[in-house]
Amino acid sequence: MTFLGMPTAPPGVGQLRGDRDFPTAARDAVADEQLRRNLGNATSTIRGKRANVVAELPDWAGLRAAGAAIKDDVLANLDSYLPQLEAQVVAAGGIVHWARDAHEANRIVTGLVRATGSHEVVKVKSMATQEIGLNEALTDAGITAYETDLAELIVQLGHDWPSHILVPAIHRNRAEIRDIFMREMPDVGELTDEPRVLAMAAREHLRRKFLSARVAVSGANFGVAETGTLAVVESEGNGRMCLTLPRTLITVMGIEKLVPTFADLEVFMQLLPRSSTAERMNPYTSMWTGVHAGDGPDEFHLVLLDNGRSSVLADAVGRAALHCIRCSACLNVCPVYEHTGGHAYGSVYPGPIGAILSPQLTGTHGHHDPNASLPFSSSLCGACFDACPVRIDIPSILVHLRAKQVDSERGGAPSGQDLAMKAAAWAMRSPKRFSIAEKVLAAGRIIANSDHRITALPWPGSRWTSSRDLPEPPSETFRQWWARTHGGATQ
Amino acid sequence: MKVALFVTCLVDGMVPSVGQATVALLERLGVTVEVPLAQTCCGQLHTNTGYGAKARPLVRSYAETFSPYEYVVTPSASCAGSIRHQHPALVPGLRVPKTYELSEFLVDVLGVEDVGATYRHRVTYHPTCHSLRLLGVGDRPLRLLRHVRDLELVELPDSDSCCGFGGTFAVKNPDVSGAMLADKVERIHQTGADICSAGDASCLMHIGGGLSRLRSGVRTVHLAEILASTA
Repeated sequence: MTFLGMPTAPPGVGQLRGDRDFPTAARDAVADEQLRRNLGNATSTIRGKRANVVAELPDWAGLRAAGAAIKDDVLANLDSYLPQLEAQVVAAGGIVHWARDAHEANRIVTGLVRATGSHEVVKVKSMATQEIGLNEALTDAGITAYETDLAELIVQLGHDWPSHILVPAIHRNRAEIRDIFMREMPDVGELTDEPRVLAMAAREHLRRKFLSARVAVSGANFGVAETGTLAVVESEGNGRMCLTLPRTLITVMGIEKLVPTFADLEVFMQLLPRSSTAERMNPYTSMWTGVHAGDGPDEFHLVLLDNGRSSVLADAVGRAALHCIRCSACLNVCPVYEHTGGHAYGSVYPGPIGAILSPQLTGTHGHHDPNASLPFSSSLCGACFDACPVRIDIPSILVHLRAKQVDSERGGAPSGQDLAMKAAAWAMRSPKRFSIAEKVLAAGRIIANSDHRITALPWPGSRWTSSRDLPEPPSETFRQWWARTHGGATQ
Repeated sequence: MKVALFVTCLVDGMVPSVGQATVALLERLGVTVEVPLAQTCCGQLHTNTGYGAKARPLVRSYAETFSPYEYVVTPSASCAGSIRHQHPALVPGLRVPKTYELSEFLVDVLGVEDVGATYRHRVTYHPTCHSLRLLGVGDRPLRLLRHVRDLELVELPDSDSCCGFGGTFAVKNPDVSGAMLADKVERIHQTGADICSAGDASCLMHIGGGLSRLRSGVRTVHLAEILASTA
């Protein structure tokens, strides 16, 4: 599942692929009842809130369509919007860097921090830098990165990784957070697990960093091609501290995060907060264009990241995954995510969007690639498509990626699934063969219990009977009944 | 009026009572039902498992079998959804026969909500994902059920959550599927209903399998069977 000529995200750096396939990782997650309770409570609360703030907008359908249309335009015209963005950023006094992949981006950022002579950076919550494993690369270079988003801080201090795009520590409860803080924050003293106490401890810890840090690293929610403006949308205000206090600001942005004009932000500033935090408006929106003497950082670097995005772009169906504005609405409505949490997906992009984005960014290499299992990690219930503010038809893309996966494995020895699908298709191509197959099926009656249930089947049927019974096949099929009662009158 | 019944492979082989009920119901409403025996399967199982190429002959055969009919009716929202949304993409240019899910046909084409049924049970209704989101049948099944005499309809909490079936998902991800099913079964029990109904035999087989495993006494009955019932 790789496009020749278009490099995918390289393995061994960042976090786009786990070391186990989804069903295996999900088995452990499902068995963790505390995790399921935490997730169930959190996602059902936000689901209800989101539905309310979306319902109050009379033109929600129109906004979604506009969001999708803008992103379609961006993806179709990246070759002109990206140079336009670069020219505008440079004209405003910024410096633009192009990174083919995670390695290159990490090298660029590390070099920029080194050049300042600083050994620490403060970070704004950013999916792109999680994707490329920037913190680890900085650590290897002797530079300490401090996450300043509260949830990212919890994840970082817990030596953990995010399990949700918006709420990266959604898998932690407050008792665990208290333990992490007391263990990892120097001089924090005794803490209770009251949210206010924990927030104040984090605040004190972070204020010291904001005041001392000379370099900040951020991602970007949007980059405006027309003006060279970058935008970060957040709730806590810690991001704004990072964006305004340090002398040097380095922003890592995926190339698909562009919007053509400043006016286009109007659409996304309505779609994003409602879909992510279920708010009409988020508390802090920071926008900056280049540098300004005496106001904010005096050095601004924009690192434009590909890391497999061009290869996603090459797939006419799959490319809609690049519409994503990282709102998390699809995670919050997904019944699979609700039962497994984000870690089972193995990537910083979990849930339905992760299931279509991660395998496309990395490409998949054979049946045993953990990311090859992701397109199958969905019951295709369609809740994600309904919730997506930019109308990404996730179920159809999942089906498309399943077909690509099956096609890419062709050539080797056929799998059991290949044979089963082939046999079923062969039988179903002919009504005569189909009715013979039904008679074979009816033979299943001999394994039914006296109460007409089948409670245990050998593998692979055991994967069904592990948690459900199967009814006994009927003694007469519908077509037999029809022929008997209606004399086969209509052939 | 004459319709062709697409009975679906699952109903044909595993739950023929749903097909029989659909025939009885439509005939009671004055509709002439034909069953073209060349029919087999809509191919959704193949398509959704990544074997679209294997589904294509089934898609063509569906079009060939049902093209002579003005109306095709099927007691499955999921199959109707696949026919309406996947068939045109699988075989571009193909004329896909207009196919109605049962509740759509009753309410939109026949214009009936009271089908003259009687059913003495406490019933909760699970709107299957494909009826809800792929077809958008809305409250048509509920409107039909509300007119059934002696039937007590109780609302299912979190009714729009998936039961965890999802075709091969149930066997490829048995742990997650089982956990989703456990939640659905718990909600059904909360209603105190003795019958859980839906418009898809596939989801009902899954939910019914979970209820049966628990020996809960709650049964699954397809919408068509309730609407066909007169006693």
